[in-house]
Amino acid sequence: MAQTAIDIDIDEIIERYPGKPEYLIFLLQDIQAAFNYISSEALTLVCDHTGVPESQAYAVATFYNSFSLEPKGENLIHVCLGTACHLKGSGLIAENLMRRLGLDGPGTTEDLKYTVETVNCLGACALAPVAVVNGQYQPKVTSPKLMKTVQKLGDE
Amino acid sequence: MQATAKDTAELRLGSLEELEKLRGELRAAEDPNHTRIIVCHGTGCIANGSAGVTEALKAALAAAGEDIAVMPGIKTTGCHGFCSRGPLVIIKPKNIFYQQVKPGDAEEIVQKTIKAGEMVESLLYEHPQTGEKIETTEDIPFYAGQQRVVLANIGQIDPTKIDDALRAGAYAGAAKALTNMEPKQVIEAVINSGLRGRGGAGFPTGIKWNLAAKHEGGQKYVLCNADEGDPGAFMDRSVMEGDPHAVVEGMIIGGYAIGADTGYVYVRAEYPLAIKHLEKALRDARAYGLLGENILGSGFNFDIRINRGAGAFVCGEETALMRSVEGKVGEPVPRPPYPSDKGLFGKPSVLNNVETWANVSRILDKGADWFAGLGTEKSKGTKVFALVGKVNNVGLVEVPMGIKLREIVMEIGGGVPGSDHFKAVQTGGPSGGCLPWQDADLPVDFDSLIAAGSMMGSGGMIVMDDRDCMVDVAKYFLGFLEEESCGKCFPCRLGVPRLRETLNRFSKGQGTVEDIDDLYSLAEAIKAGSLCALGGTAPNAVLSTLRYFRDEYETHILEHRCPAGVCKDLITYSIDPEVCTGCRACARACPQNAITGEKKKPHTIDESLCIRCGMCFESCKFGAVQVQ
Ligand SMILES: Cc1cc2nc3c(=O)[nH]c(=O)nc-3n(C[C@H](O)[C@H](O)[C@H](O)COP(=O)(O)O)c2cc1C
Ligand code: SF4
Ligand code: SF4
Ligand code: FES
Ligand code: FES
Repeated sequence: MAQTAIDIDIDEIIERYPGKPEYLIFLLQDIQAAFNYISSEALTLVCDHTGVPESQAYAVATFYNSFSLEPKGENLIHVCLGTACHLKGSGLIAENLMRRLGLDGPGTTEDLKYTVETVNCLGACALAPVAVVNGQYQPKVTSPKLMKTVQKLGDE
Repeated sequence: MQATAKDTAELRLGSLEELEKLRGELRAAEDPNHTRIIVCHGTGCIANGSAGVTEALKAALAAAGEDIAVMPGIKTTGCHGFCSRGPLVIIKPKNIFYQQVKPGDAEEIVQKTIKAGEMVESLLYEHPQTGEKIETTEDIPFYAGQQRVVLANIGQIDPTKIDDALRAGAYAGAAKALTNMEPKQVIEAVINSGLRGRGGAGFPTGIKWNLAAKHEGGQKYVLCNADEGDPGAFMDRSVMEGDPHAVVEGMIIGGYAIGADTGYVYVRAEYPLAIKHLEKALRDARAYGLLGENILGSGFNFDIRINRGAGAFVCGEETALMRSVEGKVGEPVPRPPYPSDKGLFGKPSVLNNVETWANVSRILDKGADWFAGLGTEKSKGTKVFALVGKVNNVGLVEVPMGIKLREIVMEIGGGVPGSDHFKAVQTGGPSGGCLPWQDADLPVDFDSLIAAGSMMGSGGMIVMDDRDCMVDVAKYFLGFLEEESCGKCFPCRLGVPRLRETLNRFSKGQGTVEDIDDLYSLAEAIKAGSLCALGGTAPNAVLSTLRYFRDEYETHILEHRCPAGVCKDLITYSIDPEVCTGCRACARACPQNAITGEKKKPHTIDESLCIRCGMCFESCKFGAVQVQ
């Protein structure tokens, strides 16, 4: 899943949209998807293209939860904390996973192997509690199951 | 797979007649009595592995080959609502309903059901109370009690094929509006239908349109709110995934009615499949001339663009959503000016929810009177709910407005596992409240829910039982809103965390009864001083749980006990020596090494080491770990 900066041409992404302020979020989303984070160089390029002042682009990049200004880990794990999942104990599942990976809260491990994030509902509430590991839904997940899945990724 | 016209060439429909002619041809080309296998490819069933089931069914059919007289087609559809039983396979025309199907079942389905017309007993739905096996969709209480208007085509059509949508009647309402009605008449029809917005507040849709329509000429916009921020709800996701054309059609009608040539759909980024299906629907509609210039020869031009959300709950609020579409920080701005006067890019705009738009399509197709005949006097039509939590039949249900809460939860929902009642039902998402069992006979409509201290919201309906703690639930929603507050106005920025901190103390068994009274005055201040409804409704979670479950709050504070066994600081884990087999699963799972015991002998937990992580509880296969 995770691609490196070398594979993808940032200019190609920039050229996908007209140079107007209203495309700021589109560009940031595509860059986030391609690189897993938005580097300050990328942000500058986006600003040049759209004509949005850097301070404003920075405000946008920090306001929305899906943007990250720091690189993310090789493996991305989302634990849903939506209401349906919360009632089925997803809070504990997230805590347990983070403890196991040595994280104090959502974030990336020092070795850049894992990033754990929490989300508010993935729209799969009927399968609560749900986690998503590298894009794969894990329906009716439990702490032991999730840890096993994550462990396997680390062993690979 | 048969190539459809749109995949090969442009087939622009130039008039209502051409549309209806094509529809007629498409319908004639398909024999409704022909056997067809439907596999659910909604997000839920795919997560449960339905793609593998489809492949296996294809292979099994191919292998059976000549043994089958008429080869059945396989159709993949959007969500059937019963995701908790997925993957689902339905065999038409009899509607034989198979649940929790695995790829390994494909062979048996083909051999028994397709070839010999027999049931595969093990895949049938079992009534949770009577244990009776039910064969067809119609007879399953989960479906029998529903009235599907918005969801009518979902699960019937392949959402990626416009021809299939046309067969089911898509774009008939838009065609009628564009070719036979004046914009004014369209608005009148929507007003007369009594449709109220499904996004939360229940504002009359036609009246909102009128406000924007009265600005004559000039650039205007219509928008679709597909941000579906309510955590624990997936109605809009299912509609977009399963019948995207219903949304597109509704927006065409709205654009025509108010005089807008551009529409925007703002979809939350967590819904990739919905985005994919919408994009396909837009492409196909353009190819057929149902979007773009001079739609159906009416002279009306209209097109739709998709914006992906970027993960901010407050962007579901209308003014914030419009800022976000403009590429800005999604903060609400004070109203007035209302979006109907100055909305997106400062132009008159109308924003409606996904389900509202889908209803518009149905209203124009079937008539305002038909719609006004559904539901109650002040809440017309149906409502889709995401029924989740402690209920046997978890899933998406559509019911007429005014139906009793009891019917939804106990009949359609099949009741609460291990209990003859629910403790509470939470509606309205973070802005809503909890309704107790005493309210089981409450009619579910906009006004009754508000009178009972909750609200309709977008349709999340979360059933709770005795193992769910009301203090924890209120704390959960406040924590959610605290995190999602944009921080623009201070009653919300400061008040919500204060409410949450007070509840935090309660959940630790601290605080006093006076603190409860203070919550009320704080709640009033937040309600009065917040700019948008995020802050304005934030206290509801506390107020509604206090209204019905004050004793539970007091038990936390006075007895330092969490009756539901949820609040971490007030519970203890222990192992029942009678049940424990000494398998050591819990001891291996415990991160604290708090569990000791000899192999094959009952184990014990050292409470002083325990951090209440619940790992032991989850890893014990025998149910020996208890929470008190
Ligand atoms: C904080 C907040 C979040 C909201 N989130 C949503 C949402 O996710 N989806 C939605 O349709 N409406 C949401 N709304 C309501 C919208 O502001 C707006 O009322 C609605 O989209 C109008 O459409 P309707 O008239 O069809 O209901 C939200 C409101 C607030 C205050
Ligand atoms: S009430 Fe809260 S979310 Fe709404 S504008 Fe004010 S601070 Fe932002
Ligand atoms: S709750 Fe967690 S820490 Fe406590 S005994 Fe069980 S596994 Fe160990
Ligand atoms: S609450 Fe977790 S998927 Fe909806
Ligand atoms: S996704 Fe298949 S029933 Fe909902």
